[in-house]
Amino acid sequence: MNRNKLGWLMLSPSLAILGLFGIFPFFYVLWVSFHEWNPFAANPAKIFNWAENYRYMVFDTPFLASLGATLAFVFFAVISEVVLGYMLAQAFMREFPGKAFFRTIHTLPLIMAPIIVGSVWKLMTTPSIGIIPYMLKHSIGYDLNIGQSAVAAFFVTVIMDIWHWTPLVTLSLIAALVSLPADPFEQAQIDGANSRQIFWHITLPMIRPALLATVFIRLMDAMRTVDEVLMLTGGGPGSATRYIGVHIFREVFPRTNYGYGSAISVVVLYITIVICWLLYVGLIAPRTKRG
Amino acid sequence: MKQGSPWVAVLMWTLLSFFTLFPIYWLFVISVKPSIELFSTPSLFLTSVNWDNYIDVMNDETLRGYMLNSLIISSGNAVLVTTLGFFACYALTRFDMAAKESIFFWTITNRMAPPAVFLLPLYLLMTQVYKIGDFSLADSRIGMILVYCTFNLPFAIWTLRPTLEGIPRELDEAAVVDGASTWRVIYDIIFPLARPGVAVTLILTWVFAWNEYLLAATLTNFNARTLTTGLSEYVTTTGTAWGIMAAISMFTLIPALIVFGMVQKHIVAGLTFGAVKG
Repeated sequence: MNRNKLGWLMLSPSLAILGLFGIFPFFYVLWVSFHEWNPFAANPAKIFNWAENYRYMVFDTPFLASLGATLAFVFFAVISEVVLGYMLAQAFMREFPGKAFFRTIHTLPLIMAPIIVGSVWKLMTTPSIGIIPYMLKHSIGYDLNIGQSAVAAFFVTVIMDIWHWTPLVTLSLIAALVSLPADPFEQAQIDGANSRQIFWHITLPMIRPALLATVFIRLMDAMRTVDEVLMLTGGGPGSATRYIGVHIFREVFPRTNYGYGSAISVVVLYITIVICWLLYVGLIAPRTKRG
Repeated sequence: MKQGSPWVAVLMWTLLSFFTLFPIYWLFVISVKPSIELFSTPSLFLTSVNWDNYIDVMNDETLRGYMLNSLIISSGNAVLVTTLGFFACYALTRFDMAAKESIFFWTITNRMAPPAVFLLPLYLLMTQVYKIGDFSLADSRIGMILVYCTFNLPFAIWTLRPTLEGIPRELDEAAVVDGASTWRVIYDIIFPLARPGVAVTLILTWVFAWNEYLLAATLTNFNARTLTTGLSEYVTTTGTAWGIMAAISMFTLIPALIVFGMVQKHIVAGLTFGAVKG
C-alpha cells in the first residue's frame, strides 16, 4: 500500500503538467464547441447554441472533404513509410562497408524542423523556379505543377512526409530486429523455409508490437500535420491538400469562428483516439502486459 | 537469407543517400546563391558561392537571441520531460496501481490533439490564469518549456516504458532484499541500465522541441521567440527572402546535428517503442 503511494507520487508531476496544459485546454475547447463565438465580430459574446456546431459539421462539405483528404494522406504516407522503413531496416541487418555512415545519413531528415522541410520542398517543387519540375520536364516531359494539379500536390505532400518520417520508422524497426533471438531463424532455414515464409511466420509476428507502436506514433503525428503542408502548398490548389489541421488554421480561424473550429477539433481528436485505442487495445497491450 | 556482395548494398545506399540528402543540399544551394539567380533557370550545381546570407544572420542580434531562447527552451524541456517520464514509467512498470493502462493511454492522447485549436485556450490560460503577480507564463521561456510538455511528455513516457519494462524486476527486488532504498535502486540499478533509452528520449524530445513552430509562433511575441519563428518573419506579403531563410534553416540544423551525432551509437539500443524482448 505504502509502495503504491510512492508510485502515485512519482506519477503525479507528469499528470499535473498534462492536466494543466492538456486537460484544462481540452475542457475549454469542449465548452466553446457548444457556443457560437466570433470574438472579432460585432457581437463578441459566446452564444450557447446546443449542438448546432456538430449538426452543421455533418453537412459541411469543406470539412468532410478535408477529413477525407486527411485520411487519404495518412493512409498513403503511413503505409509507405512502414513498408519502406521495414525494407531499409532489414537492409541494415547485414554487414557492409560504411554501414554506420549510411545510417547516419539516413537519419538526417528526422532532425529537420517541419517548417523547414516544407520550405525546402516548396523551393524544389514550385513551377518555374523549382529543380524538380524543371528536371521532370526536360527528362521525361512530365509537367509537374503543384500549383494547379490537385493530384500532383497531394502526392508531393505524401512524398515529403515519407522523406521526412521514414527514418523514424527505420530506426525503431532496426531496434526491434536487432533484439530478435537468432534461433527461430536458424531453425526455419534448416527446415527449408523460404524468405517469404520466414517473413510471414517468424519475423512479422515477433516484431508486431514494435511495428504497431511505430504505426501508432506515425498515425497520430500524421493526423495532426500542419507546419509542413502549410508551408509547401498552403492547402492548395483549391482545397486539395487542406488537411484537417491546415483547414482549421487557414479556414476556420481566419473567419474567427472559434466555436465551430473547436467542435471540429473535438471530433478529430475523438476519431484519432478511437483509431489509436483500437490499435492499442486490440494489438499492442495484450502482448506487452506481462514481461 | 541470401547474402549478396556487400558492394551491392553500398551501391544501393549511395544512390539512396542522394535522395535523402538532396533536399538538404538544395537548402544549402539556396542559402549561398545570390538572390537574382534564384529565379533564373534552376541548375543542379553551384556556379558561385556567396556567404552574405550567413554573415547577415550571424550579425543579426535578434536572431542570436532567438537561438539562445531555442537552446534554453528545448534543453529545459528535454531534461524536464525525460526526468518526469522516467519516474512516471518507473511507477507504471514497478507498481500495481489501479487503472495504470488507462493512465498510460490517456497520457498519449495528449499528443493527438490538433494543435491549431489548442492555441487559443493555451493563450488565454497562460495570459490570464497561470500567472503570479505581473509574471505570466505567456511569452516566457518557462511557459514554453511547460507547454511543450503536452506533446513531448507523452512521447517520453511512450519511449521509456518499454526500456524500463525490459529491465527485469528481479534485479530491483534483489537489491531491495539487500536493504537498498527505492531511490538507491533507481540510481544504482535502473538508471544505468536504462541509459540508452534515456539518451534517445532526451535527444528526440530535444529535437521535437527545437523544431516546434506553431505553438511558439502564437504563444510568444518578444521575450521567448524561437529560431523557427524567426524563419517565418522572412515570409512577408511582398515576397519571401528565401536566401536568408535558407541560411537560418542551416543554422537551426547544425545544433540538431551535433546533438543527434552525440547519441548515434545509443539510438538503436534505445529506441524500442514496442518492447520486443530477446
